[in-house]
Amino acid sequence: MEQESLFNDMVIRFANVNGTGSASANEMFAKSLFKMGLPVTAKNIFPSNIQGLPTWYEVRISEKGYLGRREGIDIIVAVNPQSLEQDIKDVKSGGYLIYDNSKLLYDNYKREDINFIGIPMIEMSAQNYNSARHQQLFKNIIYVGAVACLINMDIDTIKEVITEQFKSKEKLIPPNFKALDLGINYVRENLNYPIKYCVKKSNKTDGKIIIDGNTATGLGAVYAGATMMAWYPITPSTSVASAFEKYCKKLRVDPETGKNKYAFIQAEDELAAIGMVIGANWNGARAFTATSGPGVSLMNEFIGLSYFAEIPVVLINVQRGGPSTGMPTRSQQADVISCAYASHGDTKHPMLIPSTPTECFEYTAKAFDLAERSQTLVFLLTDLDLGMNNHLTDELSWDDTQEYDRGKVLDEEMLERMTEKFGRYLDVDDDGIPYRTIPGTHPTKGAYFTRGTSRDEYAKYTEDGKVYAKNMDRLSKKWDTIKALVPSARIHSSDQSTKIGMLYYGTSFYPSTEATDMLTDHGIHITKIEIKAFPFSDNVKETIDKLDFVFVVDQNRDGQMRTLLINELNIDPHKLISVLNYDGTPITADKIFKEISSHKVLDLATQN
Amino acid sequence: MSYIKPQFHHPELKKNKVGYYKTDYEGVISTLCAGCGHDSISSAIVHACYEISLEPHRLAKLSGIGCSSKTPAYFLSNSHGFNSVHGRMPSVATGAGLANRDLIYMGISGDGDTASIGMGQFVHAVRRNINMVYIVMNNGCYGLTKGQDSATADFGSISKSGSENPYTAIDLVGLALELNAGFVGRSFSGDKSQLVPMIKAALSHPGFAFIDVISPCVTFNNNQGSTKSYSYVRDHIEATSVLDFVPFEEEIKVDYEDGTSAELELFNGSKIVLSKISSHWDPRNKILAKKYLNESKENGQILTGLFYIDTETESFHKKLNTVTTPLNKLSKNDLCPGSSKLTDINKTFM
Ligand SMILES: Cc1ncc(C[n+]2csc(CCOP(=O)(O)OP(=O)(O)O)c2C)c(N)n1
Ligand code: SF4
Ligand SMILES: [Mg+2]
Repeated sequence: MEQESLFNDMVIRFANVNGTGSASANEMFAKSLFKMGLPVTAKNIFPSNIQGLPTWYEVRISEKGYLGRREGIDIIVAVNPQSLEQDIKDVKSGGYLIYDNSKLLYDNYKREDINFIGIPMIEMSAQNYNSARHQQLFKNIIYVGAVACLINMDIDTIKEVITEQFKSKEKLIPPNFKALDLGINYVRENLNYPIKYCVKKSNKTDGKIIIDGNTATGLGAVYAGATMMAWYPITPSTSVASAFEKYCKKLRVDPETGKNKYAFIQAEDELAAIGMVIGANWNGARAFTATSGPGVSLMNEFIGLSYFAEIPVVLINVQRGGPSTGMPTRSQQADVISCAYASHGDTKHPMLIPSTPTECFEYTAKAFDLAERSQTLVFLLTDLDLGMNNHLTDELSWDDTQEYDRGKVLDEEMLERMTEKFGRYLDVDDDGIPYRTIPGTHPTKGAYFTRGTSRDEYAKYTEDGKVYAKNMDRLSKKWDTIKALVPSARIHSSDQSTKIGMLYYGTSFYPSTEATDMLTDHGIHITKIEIKAFPFSDNVKETIDKLDFVFVVDQNRDGQMRTLLINELNIDPHKLISVLNYDGTPITADKIFKEISSHKVLDLATQN
Repeated sequence: MSYIKPQFHHPELKKNKVGYYKTDYEGVISTLCAGCGHDSISSAIVHACYEISLEPHRLAKLSGIGCSSKTPAYFLSNSHGFNSVHGRMPSVATGAGLANRDLIYMGISGDGDTASIGMGQFVHAVRRNINMVYIVMNNGCYGLTKGQDSATADFGSISKSGSENPYTAIDLVGLALELNAGFVGRSFSGDKSQLVPMIKAALSHPGFAFIDVISPCVTFNNNQGSTKSYSYVRDHIEATSVLDFVPFEEEIKVDYEDGTSAELELFNGSKIVLSKISSHWDPRNKILAKKYLNESKENGQILTGLFYIDTETESFHKKLNTVTTPLNKLSKNDLCPGSSKLTDINKTFM
């Protein structure tokens, strides 16, 4: 086929069976591209199952640095007979299907508009490896070798990655090299290569790392000085716990005594997990939990206690597809409302909303400062796509001079000096945030009774409606104080004057950035509003007020962020137009572009 | 409404070893019904803490929700308290205990709070061997929500409205034994001579110390036919042993008849002295404890006393191998790995 090469811009999808060791082979593939200096992201599309069901691994390479999901798959490496028929259909016209031709392909599967490349993966691995387990594992490396050769990857870089991967199991390096070479040599000897989609080295990854959000979050908690984590396993948040434990084992064991400067508790359920976190924070330790939607639902009663009794808590919600058990292994942003107002009664909770793993790290650390400063529960709202997929992101950094903000805590000396009566819920500084004391601090001063029932400023039980209302008003004032403490929305104004805006948050950041460029190419200029936290910073309303229409990108059915904006900022609903995606896959730039560029309000707005 | 009692120390009142009067261990005035068993338990707690010279600020008291769970307001005003949510005190106490291993934790719960809504958390607190005293003020009903039967109400027990309980009771003592709690006792709110030393011993026990205290609800469950009424309990109570507690450094003065007393040393050197009523009673023998408990149930008796004690239990902190410094006292220097370590970590993701 006569063809012009397309460098460093493709989507390649591996179709595997879960539980067959393909994940680590695919990761090595992505990592090698990263090491070649190419911006790359990888998305795992996996079932809620341990073994035997289809799983896909989608790698996007983009010299321009577009790292959201893109529609149109250029190459599918079909290793799973179960999904083969569908996989063939999914290849973009003009694209490639790389399949295992150890077995014949049904004629009716064939398509004229795509290229079929057969590699005898099973056959080669059966000939070269003895045990069934090895045959399965090395088959994965064989296809990595074949694909690498077909798209012209740097083979030395792959070998470097393999060597690194098996640093502690050196025995495994030669057989992996052998498998890689089997794939490479098959292509060299039998096929035309490179194919149309291929790569060449670049330098776009300097200062970048490739990491998943949950690892960055867990590490952020270690850096923030969290000493206790209580949790209950649930996808997609489990790896936050694993990362916290892993880094604690590395970084938090006292070298002299071998004792742990942390406690890591797998609780009996999410109620207990957050109960423990509340108990520990009440007692002056930094503690947190990580969960997903169903866990947050269970935690609701305690969330209200944290709000009303004013106990710091960091709650990480890695969102998945809801409602109920929903789509446990797919991504959504569908807990925006249920977190913002979690629990009965008048409640509101700050939410920090990172878009990248680097922000997961930074915002987790920030969440602890904010929780202790404002003595309330703080959500870190991420999602499965951010949490469980590897993303290209800025290196993590830490400012050693920055102290932890432990908030308004009276220590022994302060209590000793104090002549007035301690009032746990007294608004001494007129910012709505009272002072607290930690049990055991002072023999005779500062003790108080914490409760979720109404009480006066001195923590004494009361059913006096006026006293109750005054306290609720103070909590509102505290909310205003918090507004200045959370990260502000990022506003990216268009070079050209425009009356159109696009508002997004979390993982929609990636496709929204790309969609903006696509729109600009089509002469549509927009102002971007990237929400970073709730409560909304003042610049959100200020910016929206200047625009005629704002497209709100939400990865849920009901346009939850749009609802929250209308409710909190009193914005005319007509002004906010939802761009939605809720099928469980991350929203794409194409979708955002299509919906905005074809929307009738564009004409209305430009008339101004 | 509750208010603070006037602080007045009679010149003849004695300070304890740490310099506190007994009144220093009291709380605000109770708002419970006059005659409620729970108030007697609060007063036993005041006695016990005063007598073992516990510094009030070294103790944190936690509870769930219920009449019983209100009581931490009525004792130890100089201690921090936490009235949490219904049935979830065990988890809050677990977290608090993790944050500071140096304090003493006292959890107060009700039979509804523990045996129904909080059963899961109770069981796991025992399993983890949280270092705390866990007292259930057991009245066989939900006092605060107006007297519904609880899961500890005995089969056939008659409620105030006259209906007979058709379900078998959950015996928390039997359950705690089954779950390997290291300290299991039962007492009666009206029996201070047994309850006070039992609380003192529990406070010195190094792990989870469970005390089930039968505590009649005078308003909703003190009627004829109720097996948790004062009169029924008084008629059917049987003690396994008479208990005394001797704090560390105090000379053992209690003198029991030879062959009837057992002496047990606790981790801090304090001692419990038990005078056995049943001649073959040994509180270190769990199998026997279960046997007698079951026998007494068959005979319609309420067995009280210290059923079982194991002074060698492995505490939660030991299981977790945490540092001896309380976690809430560790500073940024102790906890934050710093930027240079982060540079190394970054390299693993390149
Ligand atoms: C989640 C929840 N459900 C129900 C209640 C209502 N409630 C308050 S106390 C109580 C029962 C208390 O019974 P128990 O623990 O035996 O305490 P008692 O009042 O008998 O001392 C109930 C059901 C509540 N506070 N929270
Ligand atoms: S209702 Fe019963 S348990 Fe509650 S205070 Fe009154 S007597 Fe006590
Ligand atoms: Mg009760």
